[in-house]
Amino acid sequence: MSFLSLEGLSKRFGTHTAVDGLTLAVEKGEFVSLLGPSGCGKTTTLQMIAGFVEPSGGAIRLEGRDLLAMKPAKRGLGIVFQSYALFPHMTVAENVAFGLEMQGVAAVERSKRVGETLELVGLGAFTGRFPRQLSGGQQQRVALARALVIRPQILLLDEPLSNLDAKLREEMQIELRQIQRTVGTTTILVTHDQAEAMALSDRVVVMNHGRAEQIGPPHEAYERPATPFVANFLGRTNLVNGTTVRPEKIWFATSGLAGKVRTRIFQGNHWLYQVETAGGLVTVIRQNTGEAMPGEGESVHLAWDGVPPHATRGEVSAKRTEGS
Amino acid sequence: MKSTPYLLSLPALLLFGAIVVIPLVMTVLLSFHDWGQYKGIEPVFILKNWHEVFTDSYFLEMFGRTFRIAFFVTLFAALLGAPEAYILNRMKSPWRGLFLLVILGPLLISVVARTLGWALLFGGNSGLINKALTSMGLISAPLPFMFTETGVIVALTHVLMPYMVLAVWAALQRLDPQVENAAVALGAGPFTVLRRIVLPQVMPGILSGAIIVFALAASAFATPAIIGGRRLKVASTLAYDEFLNTLNWPLGAAVAVLLLVALVAIVVGASRLVERRYAQVFG
Repeated sequence: MSFLSLEGLSKRFGTHTAVDGLTLAVEKGEFVSLLGPSGCGKTTTLQMIAGFVEPSGGAIRLEGRDLLAMKPAKRGLGIVFQSYALFPHMTVAENVAFGLEMQGVAAVERSKRVGETLELVGLGAFTGRFPRQLSGGQQQRVALARALVIRPQILLLDEPLSNLDAKLREEMQIELRQIQRTVGTTTILVTHDQAEAMALSDRVVVMNHGRAEQIGPPHEAYERPATPFVANFLGRTNLVNGTTVRPEKIWFATSGLAGKVRTRIFQGNHWLYQVETAGGLVTVIRQNTGEAMPGEGESVHLAWDGVPPHATRGEVSAKRTEGS
Repeated sequence: MKSTPYLLSLPALLLFGAIVVIPLVMTVLLSFHDWGQYKGIEPVFILKNWHEVFTDSYFLEMFGRTFRIAFFVTLFAALLGAPEAYILNRMKSPWRGLFLLVILGPLLISVVARTLGWALLFGGNSGLINKALTSMGLISAPLPFMFTETGVIVALTHVLMPYMVLAVWAALQRLDPQVENAAVALGAGPFTVLRRIVLPQVMPGILSGAIIVFALAASAFATPAIIGGRRLKVASTLAYDEFLNTLNWPLGAAVAVLLLVALVAIVVGASRLVERRYAQVFG
């Protein structure tokens, strides 16, 4: 029996079905992401687990117990909200201590655990600050500490990193993963960011129109997408002659699918190409290895695994057009 | 041009000067003039009126009553208005607008009409409620309402309540609903959420509402004039009487100026205190 199980979970708002018979089994200590575009039902699912939204059908069980029979205040789940939802009138330490106070933990034990948890998220020096005196990243850590300090059975993360800038988001992703590994809390993350989901999770649940399109490890979902929606949502894809190919799996060869470079964009660590071929526009991503790359307007040949003739992998070659 | 903003605001400043500053200065000067039953106002500079206002226990009583009434009106407006705003904020769409209108309704009706309504309900033996309660045998004598401090406090609380509700309502609007959910998820019951999470956050709203209500209650004229009449005077009705009945303008001016100065001091002091208390938390 799995640790947390969603069994045919559904939610209808009037005639609109937000979540449509979602079934998911989460193992203890697992990091699972609910991934999908906005309106796919991922946040509603999270809110049903948290108890803020009543399901229209189905069941949620935690270690076999019926979670729906419990009030949200009794579920003992740690939640990090998208807006962080810190208590603005309380200091960092008071924010983190609140949940322990509600559990009736004695003051000495409380301050010890608050101190430990704030150290864990790297905010040991900020206990006396108020939330608005902290940066977005620091507020995010307080929210995480506040959720973790009560030693929840499940940690629910609702788009926790979406309010941070790109660089900070990447740093927090790594840190979040490390913290989750350290404390070993079963975690469910809701996100629309496929890179974030793939970076953090043991398994992803790709959702669309309230249904799970695919449930599996990120690598598997990316390499073997179950549906065209999953393929498109988890990164770029090309549909060439009826087969889907990831842009980074295509290389320039001496022979293969002939085409002409329409645009070439330099993105630092890689080159992004749009190549016009008989089979339509093909996106190609090539690692920037410092070698010369075909320029715009040049005639090229594209090859990928499974497309004869097989060229040597990684070989970069382009037929120069006259005069260039 | 650096002077452009000043030039642009000149018309408004002139108007402000003409209708507020000049009469105010004249009132202050008037309070230093002499007055006699037969000689009328003498434009001299004496401290007679101020001396009278500060030494005669009659004036102390009037001002004591004024601020006592204002204090209780503020207290009751906060005790009733803050929960009212909270309930209003949690109402669903059609009801919310309707009840907001009910609460703000009094602002659309003249103070005089509203206060007379209270007088009709409670005034003496013929008051509607007194009549009903007496005929039901619940009370033997009519509840005293007219010419009592209780009456003035009740009527003023009703009149000024919308200001408190609006101030608290504005503070509630700024609340992140997820913050309440966060507290619930951490195990807080509904009462704890209200006391530990919602109330501290709307406190600045309650306090700013209290400052408005206090200032309006202390300087209110129509309601104390109708309910309190000449038997139960407050500072504003006292000044009115000195001006129009006794015709002792200089003494009336001294009372009016003292009320203004005391109010400004209280309001500025209170808002400074509030700002300092909450600057760190809410900025």
